[in-house]
Amino acid sequence: MSELNENEQESGHAPAPEQAPTPEHAPTPENAATQENAASAEMLSALPTSARRLADGEWHRLHPATPLLRGGIALLAIIGVIIVNARDFFLEMFFGGDNGFEPFVRLANEGFLIPVILAVLAVLLLSIAGFYFSWRMHTFRITDELVEVRSGILFRTNRRGRLDRIQGINISRPIFARLFGAARLEVNVAGQDANVELAYLGSRGADELRVAILQLASGTRTADATGATGSDAASGGDQTVGLIEKRVNELLAPELDPHAVAPESIVRIRIPRLIGSLVLSEATVMAILVAIGIIVAISVSGEIFWLLAFLPGVLGFVGYLFSRLTRSLRYSISSTDDGIRIGFGLLSTSNETLPPGRIHAVEVSQPLMWRPAGWWEIKINTASQASNSAQSAAKKTLMPVGDLEDVHRVLQLILPSLADAESRALLEAGLSASAHDDAFVTSPKRARALRWFSWRRNGFAMISDAVALRKGAIWRSLVLVPQARLQSVSMDEGPLLRRMGLAELRMHTVAGPISATIGALDRSDVIEFFNEVSRSAVQSASVDTSHRWRSQNGATEATE
Amino acid sequence: MTERLDLPDIDWRGVSRKYVFVEVGGLVIFGLVVAAATSIPTILTGIQWLAAIPISLGIIFIINIMLTPRRVRAIGYMLRDDDLVFRRGLMFRRVVAVPYGRMQLVDINRGPLDRAVGLSELKFVTAAASTGVVIPGLPEQDAEELRDTLVALAESRRAGL
Repeated sequence: MSELNENEQESGHAPAPEQAPTPEHAPTPENAATQENAASAEMLSALPTSARRLADGEWHRLHPATPLLRGGIALLAIIGVIIVNARDFFLEMFFGGDNGFEPFVRLANEGFLIPVILAVLAVLLLSIAGFYFSWRMHTFRITDELVEVRSGILFRTNRRGRLDRIQGINISRPIFARLFGAARLEVNVAGQDANVELAYLGSRGADELRVAILQLASGTRTADATGATGSDAASGGDQTVGLIEKRVNELLAPELDPHAVAPESIVRIRIPRLIGSLVLSEATVMAILVAIGIIVAISVSGEIFWLLAFLPGVLGFVGYLFSRLTRSLRYSISSTDDGIRIGFGLLSTSNETLPPGRIHAVEVSQPLMWRPAGWWEIKINTASQASNSAQSAAKKTLMPVGDLEDVHRVLQLILPSLADAESRALLEAGLSASAHDDAFVTSPKRARALRWFSWRRNGFAMISDAVALRKGAIWRSLVLVPQARLQSVSMDEGPLLRRMGLAELRMHTVAGPISATIGALDRSDVIEFFNEVSRSAVQSASVDTSHRWRSQNGATEATE
Repeated sequence: MTERLDLPDIDWRGVSRKYVFVEVGGLVIFGLVVAAATSIPTILTGIQWLAAIPISLGIIFIINIMLTPRRVRAIGYMLRDDDLVFRRGLMFRRVVAVPYGRMQLVDINRGPLDRAVGLSELKFVTAAASTGVVIPGLPEQDAEELRDTLVALAESRRAGL
């Protein structure tokens, strides 16, 4: 396994015309094709050699253990069950003790045993062949422009993602894959389920590939060679270590490749806080209420079957707690050159990199029961959506729990323009209890009928280049929308709001858990703010260069 | 009457008057179908008071049809320097501003009623589903010109996602 471990480039594979290794270029309006070609060669050669190994524009195969990890384990389990049953049957056949109800015995008695065994073998061979060929046909390549995956035996799929449209890179290591030293690399681009998935790669290969993809996507023309030497030395050292030791090292090693990352996570979730955040959640209250309900129902009616009626709810609650727990365990968030890196998970780990400028909306919120402890949760909207709900929930929660200091640190990380003291004061006002006359424009008194408790808090402000919406007195939240990401803005008014001289303001962002909407505000305030936002959003978007986040600094530095 | 939500100093461009026919036609057809469907219980059972359902629905539709000309007049759009502003709605007023650079695509749709009077509907799509800018009732020629203008403007002000 150790030799096959990393994705070897296939040798003796004559490239067909359509798979010629020269990178194909989607014609971009900005650059002429010739320029791009020259630049691409430069960009590729500038990469560290280890990273270039997989990102060289050639077709590569996935990790050899891939078939096993993608369903082969289920196949093995089925084979195991059959073998165990068959063993019983053969033991009985040779040593007497006939049992007429055994399926094998009945088959043998009716003369179907041999055909059935042959059929099972045929299915087995076919599926093994299927797994093997699907692995062989599953290839990927990374050029300086795009990442492309071809897969499928009968129904061929070819998926390409443009590197400059990357919304995030996720490396996840399910527990089984970790045992094999494999990892799943997912390149997310904007859209529903629009991800290019490379499952599975060798663990180190995945890390190197991430570095390479981010570097290519960032628009760097000259990469620093310092990173290359470091990782080469490390990989050279690995060769001498035994296989078992290597696996153990990989399991215990920190998630983040050391030379690419500032090592410290800026937020730490300690176990007491983690448990406290779970115990003090609304789900727990619901669970307690339901438990009381069950007890009352049982004691009144004397029937135990009430327990069964609530079984689905109990299962749901346990599932919820489990998913929250897994994404809070070993949680880390840190800043890298290529954006924010969020990692979590104890046995199955996940590690996501969000390049700069990929966060479309941020919500800092506080459930009622977290208030005494002063804890907050941070959620985000990103342009890539997963239809798998558990996965997307994990993706959308940037910080499961943290105190006010943590909130400020994380906000500074994801919205660097809010780092100055003035913005910080505004953010504090946005998160504080009852602000009366601060910079936020709040609902007028006549809106009290619509916002019973929160009319004093309910308001908006412009913090640096982000729109801030402050909402809720019981469930407090602060929504921040960076204007460079704002898609459009609208104001709405129904018959009721119109009678009261009020209006609603909506910031349209990509779909996600956050809706940046604020209602029950004075009409003239809304119109004024609408004009301000629609003007300054255009301004912010035009000066925003974060989709090529390194090119503006990197390029100028290189030329000097 | 209290004043409505509106943008000051904007010279709204309205949509074609013919769009009233499209709206009214659609409402009449829909109203007839609904009235027919809801009167089935009355006809089958012969219970008199069940007829209240189709009658009240019919009244709602008639009020709606009478308000249609005003509703169509309320639809307006304008191409500003850097963004498209769009307004619609009488009871539920909505004003949207979309920067040109946010455009992902522009659709032109023609329903059967639209085609009968030579109108088109233009849909401006951004990465946010909630933007929902649909300008109905544009003469075919205007819709195509507007589309080309918008595409050209978006190209010159291209922004990321």
